[in-house]
Amino acid sequence: MPSHDVMPNMELYQPVQVEDALAIADRLAERGWLVGGGQDTYGWLKDRAKETDAMIDLSAIESLRGVRETADGIEIGALTTLTEVANNSVIQDKFSLLSQAAGVVASPQIRNIGTLGGNVSQDVRCWYYRRGLSCYRAGGNLCYADTPQGMNREHSLFETSRCVAASPSDTAPALVALDATMVIRSVDGERTLAAEDYFVGPANDIESTTALRTGEILTTVRIPNTWANATFYFEKVADRNVWDFSLVNVAAAFKVSGGNVEDSRIVCGAVQCTPRRVSNVENAIRGQAKNAATAESVAAMATDGARALAHNGFKIPLMQNLVKRAISA
Amino acid sequence: MNSKLTRRRFIKGVIFSGAAATTGTGMYLAANAQSGQSAAERLVTLNINGRNRPVDVLPSETLAYTLRYKLDMTGTKIGCNRGECGACTVLIEGVPNYSCSVLTHNVKGKAVISIEGVKAADGTLHAVQQAFIAENSPQCGFCTPGQVMSAVALLNSNPRPTRSEAIAAMSGNLCRCGAYEHYLNGVMRASGQLA
Repeated sequence: MPSHDVMPNMELYQPVQVEDALAIADRLAERGWLVGGGQDTYGWLKDRAKETDAMIDLSAIESLRGVRETADGIEIGALTTLTEVANNSVIQDKFSLLSQAAGVVASPQIRNIGTLGGNVSQDVRCWYYRRGLSCYRAGGNLCYADTPQGMNREHSLFETSRCVAASPSDTAPALVALDATMVIRSVDGERTLAAEDYFVGPANDIESTTALRTGEILTTVRIPNTWANATFYFEKVADRNVWDFSLVNVAAAFKVSGGNVEDSRIVCGAVQCTPRRVSNVENAIRGQAKNAATAESVAAMATDGARALAHNGFKIPLMQNLVKRAISA
Repeated sequence: MNSKLTRRRFIKGVIFSGAAATTGTGMYLAANAQSGQSAAERLVTLNINGRNRPVDVLPSETLAYTLRYKLDMTGTKIGCNRGECGACTVLIEGVPNYSCSVLTHNVKGKAVISIEGVKAADGTLHAVQQAFIAENSPQCGFCTPGQVMSAVALLNSNPRPTRSEAIAAMSGNLCRCGAYEHYLNGVMRASGQLA
């Protein structure tokens, strides 16, 4: 694959009002590419693995930045940088699960420009797909990763459908665990989706990782107070401490009363194309003591239905152990 | 054949018509700027190291490219060009960023400090640069401009960091020589915590 220093020439739009951005996104439709911090975008374009006629740079839209407290929770603008999410005092105070997740994404410089909206909307990590090969996700008719010789150590255990790539976002599992709502706007108005429904696997749409349709922009993430100040656990396992995508991560929220789990939401990332809630574990520990014995008894359930590829079998015990740690911590 | 139409004259002609087309586009875009829905204007003024620099910037041009190839400020190094190494780190409004992964059009109206702007006006090296020399921090030196920028940003916001804070702040800069400990010693020396 030729390596290029520069992106091909294209149009650039830099709206400062969200209404203008929506109008441009609607007008350009398939010809436009939404850019938040651009940290996923620029690689695709430099590598010529994907192309676009125009970039719609959303980073100058001030109304889409920042954290606001509302009557029943908080609202985070989708263009808020990961550094801002990690350091915001309200998020640290009430939803430290998300601060922790945002604080371990990539490297400091990337967190300084990368946005929450971009982190949850990033494309999957797959060597072959990102190489520009004509795989299923790229509109072709084969998968290079799910083969005996394929390099699939980072790929999915669950919910594969032709494509076996995983999405390694660190903030996505945290938002699902916190029962966040995604606010999506287009020129036709606004719709909201539960975070769980924002993420889309290859069985439903093999060319997109999110429910965003052409012309739509993720504008806001709302986190309800339902899980504010719950007992949180976040852990990311990657080959390197910095700059690396999760091999598996876990984001969990527990409501604990008298040492027993009243309710919980436990979500693992990088094990499939979308964040994976382990509902069977959540149900099994309801009413049980939040301790190592409970964790041990349910850990194996976390990977029910997992199908390992040739080289990612290690993710099964890794995921079980992370769920175990979340419950016993 | 017209002997006066030399190759040089022909090329001049092409460049001229290209320039005319650019000007025309610029006027068109400026006229539509009110709507907020037009494409970015190519001729921009950047604030680099405290100086205003007018420059013609392509829509998809990165800041590292503009600095090195349009403004001849080659102190900023392009290593991976993918936001994976940190050699191109510059400060945008005091915040370290990978200039290879920032569009130049994104820094309009923002104060950019590159490695050329770190030393004092009289040429005195910044405390970080002096400390890196004292600690023999650079080995091959390619990553050094980026390391300096990250260290300067850290000390601006946290003048006396702990070593672990320094490790975290410098973690977005790779050094393939593996001189990390020397750079960390340099950061600690620059903060006055290493005699």
